Amino acid sequence: MSDIAPVLSVKQITKRFPGIVANDQVDFALWPGEVHVLLGENGAGKSTLVSMLAGLLQPDEGSITLAGEQQSIHSPQRALDLGIGTVFQHSMMVPSLSVVDNFVLGERWWKRPPRARFAQEIARVSKEIGVQVNPYATAGSLSLGEQQQAEIVRTLLRGSRVLILDEATAMLTPQNASELGQLMRRLVAQGLAVVFITHKLNEALDWGDRISVLRLGRKVGEITPDSLRALSREEATRRVVQLMFNLDAAQSREAEHRERSSSCQHDASPVLEIHALEVNDALMPVSRIELRIRPGEIIGVAGIDGNGQKQLAEAIAGQRPLSSGRIWLDGTSIESDSIGERRRRGLRYVTDNRLGEGTVGTFPVATNLLLKQIGDPPFWRNGIEQTAAIAEWSRVRIREYDIRVPQTDTPIGKLSGGNIQKAVLARELGGTPRAVIFSKPTYGLDLQNIRSTRRRIRETAESGSAVMLISTDLEEILELADRIAVMSQGQIVGVVENDPRARSRVGELMSGVH
Amino acid sequence: MNSQSEQTGLSSPAVVLPSWTKVWLMRLAYSVLPLLIALAITGSLLLMMGVNPLKYYAYIVRKGLFTPSGLAATLTRMGPLLLIAASLIVAFRAGLWNLGGDGQFLLGAVTSSALAPALIGWGVPVWLTLLLAMLAAVVVGAIWALLPGLLKAWQNINEIITTMMMSFLGISLANVLVKLVFCDPNTTVPQTRTLPWEDRLPALFGSNISSGLLIGLVAILAVHWMMTRSAFGLQLRVVGANPQAAIHAGIPVSLLTLAVFALSAALAGLGGAVEIMGVQGNVRADWNPAYGLVVVPLVFLARFNGFGTIAFVFLFSMLSIGSESAARRMDIPNHFTLVTVAVLMLVLGLTECVEQRQRQKKG
Repeated sequence: MSDIAPVLSVKQITKRFPGIVANDQVDFALWPGEVHVLLGENGAGKSTLVSMLAGLLQPDEGSITLAGEQQSIHSPQRALDLGIGTVFQHSMMVPSLSVVDNFVLGERWWKRPPRARFAQEIARVSKEIGVQVNPYATAGSLSLGEQQQAEIVRTLLRGSRVLILDEATAMLTPQNASELGQLMRRLVAQGLAVVFITHKLNEALDWGDRISVLRLGRKVGEITPDSLRALSREEATRRVVQLMFNLDAAQSREAEHRERSSSCQHDASPVLEIHALEVNDALMPVSRIELRIRPGEIIGVAGIDGNGQKQLAEAIAGQRPLSSGRIWLDGTSIESDSIGERRRRGLRYVTDNRLGEGTVGTFPVATNLLLKQIGDPPFWRNGIEQTAAIAEWSRVRIREYDIRVPQTDTPIGKLSGGNIQKAVLARELGGTPRAVIFSKPTYGLDLQNIRSTRRRIRETAESGSAVMLISTDLEEILELADRIAVMSQGQIVGVVENDPRARSRVGELMSGVH
Repeated sequence: MNSQSEQTGLSSPAVVLPSWTKVWLMRLAYSVLPLLIALAITGSLLLMMGVNPLKYYAYIVRKGLFTPSGLAATLTRMGPLLLIAASLIVAFRAGLWNLGGDGQFLLGAVTSSALAPALIGWGVPVWLTLLLAMLAAVVVGAIWALLPGLLKAWQNINEIITTMMMSFLGISLANVLVKLVFCDPNTTVPQTRTLPWEDRLPALFGSNISSGLLIGLVAILAVHWMMTRSAFGLQLRVVGANPQAAIHAGIPVSLLTLAVFALSAALAGLGGAVEIMGVQGNVRADWNPAYGLVVVPLVFLARFNGFGTIAFVFLFSMLSIGSESAARRMDIPNHFTLVTVAVLMLVLGLTECVEQRQRQKKG
């Protein structure tokens, strides 16, 4: 196949965002008739790369060549004109319109929509690629898998020769995902080129011809079709996991990095105990959660984002009803307690949605520091605000947590992300927390704030609290956790001790290789 | 909403702005200039209608402010308007759009107008009669908001729709009650029994100003204080500013929603009672002053601030009393007051845009 020229090739492409390099001199080539899989952890730069191909982002350096000609893809429309179609994880169709109406949206607005012609075209293309799409069904009534099939048909109708599937299987049931896989094979059999982005190793090996692995914005390896065919399944898996989680380097690094201190009180009875917990949720139901966290222990919850971590955290904090199961805090069952009662018992939840639910952006920092204690003495007496007590409290907290703020009455929404996180930590870690859930605590912070936040987490455990650290950053979990639970599809698929083998064990569990 | 970020008494006294006079002057310019622009616009509208705007506004101000009877009427009308404003501030600050004020107001009015003459007839002392009648109006008003409150708290059904629907029902029910149940048998006009002058809310200090003004002022100041200084008010503001954060912080949102609806509607009902027992004396069939919706822009102009609301309600009250005379004298419909208010609001909105853009440039 190597004598054919690639339909699309990317050379030395670089994209920077404030504070990070999302893509660092990445090379990438796509041949017709191939499914090219892009693998990598969260934040590895996969989405940035395809966003540049889809015209959503512009590269800072490097070039994109299509069919031998260098092109600038300055808009999504331009990408479509060049024959690059993208299907995202979430459907991009208007749910209240029929499929055919969604297709005709781009037509001239003053003309009568050519529904019949489009319906015919849909039927023709659907038959060609072997899917069933009812053109007159309302888009919202279709399953996510069917909506994606319809979107693939749409990109083909527009003449796409390159199809990008951006985490298209993330939200699908296994049945729908394997249908999509088979569809990909049929598409490349007709000479199309497919870029398939996934977290799941199995899917990559099942349907991919060529696999590229990104890590921290760099392309760290590529397995060509020839060598992929030559490798056995186990060998291929090992090779990819090695690339994704940097095992070669990690082994030597971990040997010297072993001084990670643990404050886990192994003989003490658990502070937080979760038994057979289940949560109903349309997107990601959570089930069969069993966890015991001892005082001073940090349990890391690893997993790809959106596998039920948020649902689990909210259920423990009381923001989401359990459908069954029990939660004990210091031996008392708390599953029927309100959010406020759980907090008073010493349960704290550091949310990852700092501005959406963690704080009220238009309120002063001081008020936000007391958001969960409104009405409590000494800040309120008989329901009346005690200005001096509040000001004193916030002054102490602001100093202690080094929150950089012009005045205590500055609206918290005007602060930087790092300072907002410090304020949230100051609120949640004050008093005597017994168990603290940290949800992606360093997400979106700069290096210095990441370091100080991780120090806080360690100190929280050292003071005898049970800590549950939910993170999509494996390095963070390996640095802090005593044990690591891996979540996948709403379940904990395994708990491993944080020993030198943890990285590869967690990597395997996360990739769906059991 | 800007009002949410206001001081909670937490500003540190150590930081004194060096040029605070300049800041105040700027603030003054931003509040007076829009008023002048708005008057210029409405003035040109008047010119097109063939009326001298200077004469018109001078007449309104004289009639509404500088004649003893006009001033008394202006201040008296402020009473129920302030109560409705208090009702709206409670709800709006909590992010709940109770637009059913008219229904709650009228039902409160009918309740008090039915109860007060009956109680007087049974020999109940006047002060107790007034108190009981107001209490009854408060309760009936609150009950009328129960259904929208429950629907909002349990099912998150849009309260704008439900309160407005309940308002239509309330207005109709008030009418039915006046015509069929509480109708005064001694007159041929369908109206409730009239409360004699001596049994109404007393006038203030021997003037003709109803003490309803005092009730209104107390209510709006109490609401302002509650919203800015009490834990309950802060919880309501959290719900209004970021409902998700309220849930996250463990604030009982459903319970507070019900409390807000009850409190807001109770104040509107009290407004109805004050209007009846201070001014009207009875409720005539099909009577509906529709104060509920005209107060909405006023509290927005004041950014839900109690003191600002008092100023705007005073201005509006004066304009409406004056324009009622002007309607008779100069043939300008008294709805022109609403045009003035509307134009003022648009201009203030635009100035806010300009102000924000300037602040962004600086920051």
